[in-house]
Amino acid sequence: MSSIANGVASTEASGKKRKSAARVVIGLSLGIIGLSVLYLTMGDSMIGLHRVWQALWGRGGMEDVLIVQTFRAPRLVIGLLVGAALATAGAILQAVIRNPLAAPDVVGITGGASFGAVLFLTVLSGVFGRGLLPVAAIVGAFCASALVYILAWRKGTDSLRLVLVGIGVASLLSAGTSFLLTFSPAYSATSAYIWLTGTIYGSTWGDVVMLAPWLIVFGIILYFNTGNLHAQLLGDEIAIGIGSPVQRHRLLLVSLSVALAGSAVAIGGSIGFVGLIAPHMARRLVGPVIHRVLPVSALIGAIVVAAADLIGRTAFLPLDIPVGVFTSAVGAPFFIYLLYRSRRAG
Amino acid sequence: MERKIRSNAYRSAGLLGGFVLLIASFILSMRFGFVSISWSDILSSIISYDDGDMNQVVARTARLPRALIAATVGGSLALAGAILQSVTRNPLASPSVLGINAGASIAVVAAITLASIRESEVLMWISFFGAAVAAVAVYALGSLGREGLSPLRIILAGSAMTALFSSLTQGMLVRNESGLQDVLFWLAGSVAGRTIEMLLPVLPFMGVGWLLAFALSRHWNIMAMGEESAKGLGQNMTLMKVAAGLIVILLAGSAVTVAGPIGLIGIIVPHLARGMVGLDYRWLMPYSAVLGASLLLLADLVARFIIFPLEVPVGIMTAALGAPFFIYLARKGRAKL
Repeated sequence: MSSIANGVASTEASGKKRKSAARVVIGLSLGIIGLSVLYLTMGDSMIGLHRVWQALWGRGGMEDVLIVQTFRAPRLVIGLLVGAALATAGAILQAVIRNPLAAPDVVGITGGASFGAVLFLTVLSGVFGRGLLPVAAIVGAFCASALVYILAWRKGTDSLRLVLVGIGVASLLSAGTSFLLTFSPAYSATSAYIWLTGTIYGSTWGDVVMLAPWLIVFGIILYFNTGNLHAQLLGDEIAIGIGSPVQRHRLLLVSLSVALAGSAVAIGGSIGFVGLIAPHMARRLVGPVIHRVLPVSALIGAIVVAAADLIGRTAFLPLDIPVGVFTSAVGAPFFIYLLYRSRRAG
Repeated sequence: MERKIRSNAYRSAGLLGGFVLLIASFILSMRFGFVSISWSDILSSIISYDDGDMNQVVARTARLPRALIAATVGGSLALAGAILQSVTRNPLASPSVLGINAGASIAVVAAITLASIRESEVLMWISFFGAAVAAVAVYALGSLGREGLSPLRIILAGSAMTALFSSLTQGMLVRNESGLQDVLFWLAGSVAGRTIEMLLPVLPFMGVGWLLAFALSRHWNIMAMGEESAKGLGQNMTLMKVAAGLIVILLAGSAVTVAGPIGLIGIIVPHLARGMVGLDYRWLMPYSAVLGASLLLLADLVARFIIFPLEVPVGIMTAALGAPFFIYLARKGRAKL
């Protein structure tokens, strides 16, 4: 159970890999800028740097402006935001559950959001407008994680039980999702299926406006709770010992993680493994201190999703491969590496 | 785990009862469905088949293969689950939880969508291959950690591999929208609409799996005691693990070829069986096989009536039954983990 603490402690002990957090943040931010430039220039039609710059300000050819401003830029922003949200959600979960393998995908958050969204797409989309899809996904995420939390509750929560119950609930939800998919008309099944894979294809500024305010609010709440998160990392006994109301904070932090992941999944579909990978990379770069891990995770998550989407968008032209396929393809080998490293560290 | 020592007479009687249940559910599965078929038609469809009689045709060409497939698949998955629970010493292990079903199904989906292979002889080998890759990967991932093969680790590894496989499956299906509905129905796990020709090529492999699973019962007992004790008793661990892996791959791979990934039968049934006969695998294996077959037959029967006249894929039924059970086991605490 304590492998997460040990793993990070030994990373820190090795010392060589550690850089000052400020340098890491600056480096990653530069990475995001570079990636954004690539993202805006590359694609079905290559647009030069100068033309991109002009198009961003609404000058230059009509076509350039259309492609850059209406297609690529919002999709880039959504990719960055979704990645950052998923990564932060994962970092919170890993700290709260104190398990390096915890991620929104594992504990039923993504499954709940998917079920909510598919239910909406296949059954309710005729009743309400499509704009309520994110609400459905977030409601689904909250219900699922509340269910996990309640079912895992036995005089308090135990991190192991939380993960196992999460897996159980996730398989129940995926049965429900495939039930809905099998019995819905082909057209809505297909659109639901593409959504399920995780794609940010066709994102608009409307999506950005929908997602960004929530992320900012959650980010602010999180900022004021990082201390509590740090206490969670110490383990229940010590946290109680230093006077932290463990269960109440855990509930708040888990809700925060659910809200972040749920709103990201609502817009981007279930983009897997980002919440798992990013916090690990962050700990690798800046050590275990949660105040540093959170922002660095967010930056890494943003880069991972935007880069995966850039590859999915450009590597197999004219096909646009859903970003979730790539993050999973990167995530699994990373998972292997993770377990391998935890053996070496011991 | 305090369990009453039960006499062999009691256990044999229980097994006999299990067989009666199996036969009863088999017959019920032939009798009821979209159309009810009279007892006499069922009987004559088997003894004196007349292909002019609509009811007999239904009984012979749709219900009979379906019941046979449900019974064999259910039994196979239950045996695979029992073996996995012994070898990993984890009450939550089963082919679906450990990602073996998902590995087999991604291989089959890849073969169908990318290479348009439809012959079940070929799909079977592909499915074995997928199951083998998944089993090796999950085992390797689960045992890489410092503590060796930790029960929690292997479950997490299984669920991560399942997530990976299902995401890749979805990626393939997104590219190939024609036939999505077909593949989706198969992916949900179903025994409907299968012909006997889909079962026959797989049957010998299932048979070998069953025989080996029963023949090695004594060894499952030893494996369940834990690595140290098993070694102390002179058990060749590597050999037994490889054998267990092969049997599970045979059983789960052939089950997936015929019916798609039917989840969580492999987790419920061994526990039911344990409740009835205790921990001795020499009894546990036949009980698991009989109960698994009956449970899948009954689940399939119920699946026909839930949203009549439509049918729910039976895999969804078993997941709906099995997931609460999984959660119950997880809640019960980690005393046994």
